[in-house]
Amino acid sequence: MSPLSRPLSPHLQVYRPMYTMVLSISHRASGVFQSVGMILLAYWLVAAAGGAGSYATAAKVFSNPFVKLAIVGWIVAFWFHLFAGLRHLAWDAGFGFEKQSARRSGRLVVVLAALASLFTLALAWRHLGGGA
Amino acid sequence: MSLRSPLGYVLGHGSAREGVHHWWHLRTTSAALAVLGIWFVFGILTLPDLGRTSVVAWLGRPVNAVLMMLFVAATAWHSALGVQVVVEDYIRGKGARVLVLIGVRFVHILAGAAALFAVLKLALGGKA
Repeated sequence: MSPLSRPLSPHLQVYRPMYTMVLSISHRASGVFQSVGMILLAYWLVAAAGGAGSYATAAKVFSNPFVKLAIVGWIVAFWFHLFAGLRHLAWDAGFGFEKQSARRSGRLVVVLAALASLFTLALAWRHLGGGA
Repeated sequence: MSLRSPLGYVLGHGSAREGVHHWWHLRTTSAALAVLGIWFVFGILTLPDLGRTSVVAWLGRPVNAVLMMLFVAATAWHSALGVQVVVEDYIRGKGARVLVLIGVRFVHILAGAAALFAVLKLALGGKA
């Protein structure tokens, strides 16, 4: 069988969007997005180890408005991925598979992620405003 | 009656011939990151500022240096495993998929090694 005729797993386009499914794809998307953030984390640490000159260059990179916007995105992605990940761990342990409880836990994940993100953003505001 | 051979059963590697370690490592690193990630976020938030002096002083403390190295290692491993699953699901064509998988793994090893070395240098290098 040719490799192209074999169906690959997620055929997202054939399903009507449901919010449990949107949460599932958001879990992957937020994970991949944070993988990009990991590279910036590594750059930040290497710049700090490199000395005052390289840290000043990094500070310029981090003060770029697009990078700041990405950092806001990483804060939201972090909390969403964390709570959604805990939901996945509960499923792996055999809990919460019923349609009702899966929908309820999905709503809970969104609410907790939103609250934690707002709290973190409020505390991070001074870092994002000035400093680095 | 099981059609599995006794040898296959004790090896526990299944039809993919590599067992469950990928699945299991993704879960164990996720549990570790739930704790280490919250430590990292609150560590950054409670710094007086993000100037180099504050960051170097923060990572100069052994507890913070060890936790940061664990955070970086767990992040790199969890991210490598997670992105691998996404690549396997979405990239068609065996050649392209294998190339992207190797590239993704290399990037993770590079980022992880660089970050670990940077933390070690900050923690062991004294002032600077």
